[in-house]
Amino acid sequence: MKKLINKPEDVVLEELQGIELAHPDIVKVFYDPNYIVRADAPVKGKVGLVSGGGSGHEPMHGGFVGMGMLDAACPGAVFTSPTPDQMLEATKAVNGGAGVLHIVKNYTGDVMNFEMAADLAKEEGIEVESVVVDDDVAVKDSTWTAGRRGVGLTVLMEKIVGAAAEEGRSLKEVADLARKVNAQGRSMGMALTSCVVPHVGKPSFDLPEDEMEIGIGIHGEPGRVRMKLEPADKVTEMLLTPVVEDLPFKAGDEVLLFVNSMGGTPLIELYIIYRKAVQMLEAKGIKVTRHLIGPYITSLEMAGASITLLKLDADLTKLWDAPVKTAGMRWGI
Amino acid sequence: MAISRDDVLAWIRAFAQIIEENNEYLTNLDREIGDADHGANMNRGFKAVMTKLPTLETGDIPSILKGVGMTLLSSVGGASGPLYSTVFMQLSKTFAGKEQLELADWCAGWEAAEQGVQMRGKAVPGEKTMVDAMQPALDALKEAVAQNLPIGEGLRKSADAAHEGMLATIPLVARKGRASYLGERSANHQDPGATSTYFLLDSAAKTWANC
Repeated sequence: MKKLINKPEDVVLEELQGIELAHPDIVKVFYDPNYIVRADAPVKGKVGLVSGGGSGHEPMHGGFVGMGMLDAACPGAVFTSPTPDQMLEATKAVNGGAGVLHIVKNYTGDVMNFEMAADLAKEEGIEVESVVVDDDVAVKDSTWTAGRRGVGLTVLMEKIVGAAAEEGRSLKEVADLARKVNAQGRSMGMALTSCVVPHVGKPSFDLPEDEMEIGIGIHGEPGRVRMKLEPADKVTEMLLTPVVEDLPFKAGDEVLLFVNSMGGTPLIELYIIYRKAVQMLEAKGIKVTRHLIGPYITSLEMAGASITLLKLDADLTKLWDAPVKTAGMRWGI
Repeated sequence: MAISRDDVLAWIRAFAQIIEENNEYLTNLDREIGDADHGANMNRGFKAVMTKLPTLETGDIPSILKGVGMTLLSSVGGASGPLYSTVFMQLSKTFAGKEQLELADWCAGWEAAEQGVQMRGKAVPGEKTMVDAMQPALDALKEAVAQNLPIGEGLRKSADAAHEGMLATIPLVARKGRASYLGERSANHQDPGATSTYFLLDSAAKTWANC
């Protein structure tokens, strides 16, 4: 294992210390239990947005805390859900009196820990709603599994719902909006290489030099199909086609196209994928009106990419364009 | 003889030791069909329990078990945090007011633990989860109580049943947790959660062999 770390057990702590030093104008960092809140939390009268998950997906979620996006993020150990005590403290810290929304990616551990945290927060008199993101079309048979995973759409949801909360919308409106985003977005990812979890020290799975894994998750869990490596255009087709067919996205739709790096894939390759994806969508009469390209929901140093499509309307487009100031995403300010 | 407060403490220490020794083994099992963290998570949790134990030692059996459950909840994360926390919290609830435990008490506690895990994890037997070790262990315990077996003997039978349940997860296709995403590819691997559950019962059987 070659990594720029000190000790595997200190990775998350030292990352948080770095975030605290880098962004004092945007966030406050709390330790033991660990959570990050926006610098001006709690914002009186605003719905608080709390998310969280295992570390290793940076900039998600800590990099999305700030004006116009999340109020708090709870980082777990690498690829491990955070714990209810973190979520409870974060929920209390961002409760401005208008209730708190938990945005939860659909993984067994995340869902269970957030459920327990929501129960604890309700016992303390805080109004809590939870929305589960499950946009990964790679999981075919959700009846016989833990269900579709929450992947790329999480980033878009946090931005859009964050803007709505900033506007002063109610907890119910914000939660309904989050469910609408979840209903209108789909994703699929692939990997060229595995990642190495720091405390494990070896690759999470073995992928030969000339092979790729299609339908990968964001935790180094193997995907659906392993096959010989193909050129970027072919891979883009393999990712985009199931995404388009699943919703389905149709001629006349306006969409946000999000091409994400799993961590190790550079922008030069993401633009090649983006180019092919736009060509394919245009051929189907689907119009890309907004985009996001870059490493936003990563899987440590894994090489690979994911494609997310979100069907837009006037409200979602306006919320996407609204100002945001976080470590990982900022515009309009 | 019955299981005393000191016996319960000894069991927790023994299990923490087994988890530490099998950290890599559990993580490797999880690496094959999950996300390579079960051993590390359990070890982090039981290290936290060992740090906390001196402040719990003076309490009665239910308060010790509750303290273990709360510590696991705040230190493990993942799915195993809430699930193992549920095991210890349910044991604690069932043993309310008990100074010592007979086999029937332990059986009732384990039944509550098993139901709690099924509810929290929304899992039923046969889905390649820790329930697959818990359920046969419970059946063996019930039988041992009905036959009026000594505590040590009943616990050994339940640990052996958990071991069989653990091995029986190998051909299963996972229906819950991260392994479920692998579909058919999850077969031919032993479930890490069922394995740590077997360790939990095996350490009870060993620690309380002469109770």
